[in-house]
Amino acid sequence: MIEISNLSKSFVTAGGRVDALRNVNLTIRDGDIYGIIGMSGAGKSTLVRCINMLERPTEGNVKLDGLDLGTLNKHEMQKMRHHVTMIFQSFNLLMQRNCLQNIMLPLKLIHMPKEKAVQRATELLETVGMSDKAKAYPAQLSGGQQQRIAIARALATDPEVLLCDEATSALDPKTTHDILSLIQDINQKLGITVIVITHQMSVVQEICNRVAILENGSVVEEGDVSEVFSNPKAQATKRLVYPDMVSGIDSLGVPHQQMIRLVFQGAEAAGKPLLSSMAIDCQIPANILSATTRTLDGKVYGTMLLNIPGGPAELAKAVAYLSVVPDVRVQVESEYPAGKENASENPDREEEDD
Amino acid sequence: MAEYIARYFNEAKMADAWTQIQDNFLADTFSTLYITLVSALLAILIGLPLGIILVTGDAKGIRPLPRWLMTFLNWLINLLRSAPFIILIVLLMPFTRMLVGSAVGDAGVIVPLVIAAFPFVARLVEGSLRELNPNIIEMAQSSGANTWQTVFHVMLPESVPSLITAFTTAITTILGYTAMSGAVGGGGLGNRAIAQGQQRSNHAVLLAALIILVILVQILQTFGTWLARKCDKRLKNQ
Repeated sequence: MIEISNLSKSFVTAGGRVDALRNVNLTIRDGDIYGIIGMSGAGKSTLVRCINMLERPTEGNVKLDGLDLGTLNKHEMQKMRHHVTMIFQSFNLLMQRNCLQNIMLPLKLIHMPKEKAVQRATELLETVGMSDKAKAYPAQLSGGQQQRIAIARALATDPEVLLCDEATSALDPKTTHDILSLIQDINQKLGITVIVITHQMSVVQEICNRVAILENGSVVEEGDVSEVFSNPKAQATKRLVYPDMVSGIDSLGVPHQQMIRLVFQGAEAAGKPLLSSMAIDCQIPANILSATTRTLDGKVYGTMLLNIPGGPAELAKAVAYLSVVPDVRVQVESEYPAGKENASENPDREEEDD
Repeated sequence: MAEYIARYFNEAKMADAWTQIQDNFLADTFSTLYITLVSALLAILIGLPLGIILVTGDAKGIRPLPRWLMTFLNWLINLLRSAPFIILIVLLMPFTRMLVGSAVGDAGVIVPLVIAAFPFVARLVEGSLRELNPNIIEMAQSSGANTWQTVFHVMLPESVPSLITAFTTAITTILGYTAMSGAVGGGGLGNRAIAQGQQRSNHAVLLAALIILVILVQILQTFGTWLARKCDKRLKNQ
């Protein structure tokens, strides 16, 4: 279990003091895939680096299974980092070393005998599905393959916690999906707690069970993913959950109560004309106001905002009709974020990430 | 022109030059290579660790060292690099004599060469290591590598192609410096070129020595570039 309490971090820059994190409190249970999501500059990267003490917190502490990581000396800290490992957006493989040697790096650091290390690295290559690339160099691999090697490297020392810092942000949607599946697999089979830092809602939707929304260095909302996403409370959460719907919808002049939102959670709906069937079966016409869906392996993820102009009765009928579709959640839109407010507060608060 | 040729390239001079080329050039070439490579090796032995310290000991490095020490090292390197080599040879004579027993001859020139070259090597190494992607250093730190491990398992292996290029630059520069070894009686082609060409007006010898020096630099540079490319695994696809 990781307990982050009253964590604050500020940097002194040429432009003055910058508070990257303000009084963050989070509990990450063993076995969680915990998403930390926020826009760039929200403090995500700083937060994840406080968890393995690459950044020393200014105030507050981080406890791993009850042990306050801030009290560790240099040597203990290095040992701790064999148990809390990390993967990165830019993979960060050694470009002059082949895949096997890259995976062996953490094993060299703990002075594992070479023969044993080769054996362990070979097993890990298999775990990440890269057995045929043992002798290949990173420059010969695609981004997704490089991230697989980086994951194998992160697993080498049998960690308890895996930190993923925007691990899929440099990958295309298909590869992102594959890597996320691998991470989920690792979480389930090896029981490793995973902390996922991302700015992409879809990543959290796909693999996380818990999520915290970070804005301007503070946690504005936290909880189970299904809960937070079906009923987002904070403005920052709404902006993330409905990224394209924040602005421009008011101008359509559609009353809120006529709108329903479909949330696709891996629905097998790609080949089915859902809205046409509704029009035919129930004689309910629907306008698509906005849609951010994407298809992965024939399954649909994302949300769609519909206008049902026929009045409350028809709306209820539509909700009933659509609710039956597996893996699609239906919400009546009683309110939605108003748009421009808060949209660009503190634009100069960019930190080092991205 | 005709007068120049008659004066410097007359029959007697050419015969003298030919004799010298036959009798001495092979030994001189070896002497030049010997002085160059021994000096380069020693300069790298001192300059490489110093260059590493310049990067890791920096305020933003992985193991910051006291500011006064870093300031001193930088000051020392700049000082040695700003002294003209010929002046350094003379200034270092007592030190050279103390160290190798003589301030003249091949050994006498290696000492000032090393002193002149190691700060240069340190700066080249510093440049190579600073080119490293900082994300790679962060990866090493996040993997629990200590300073030593970060340097030897990550920073140096990742910089190999760049370091080979840097060392090639250092070796060719040192080769040029060996010409001045003549000032203290060190051997080699440079010495012969100056002694014969300037002092005894035998320009044929001077030109011949120059040609061999040019060829040596070309060979060393070509080999260094080839080796750096061959070692660079980033280029495996191209």
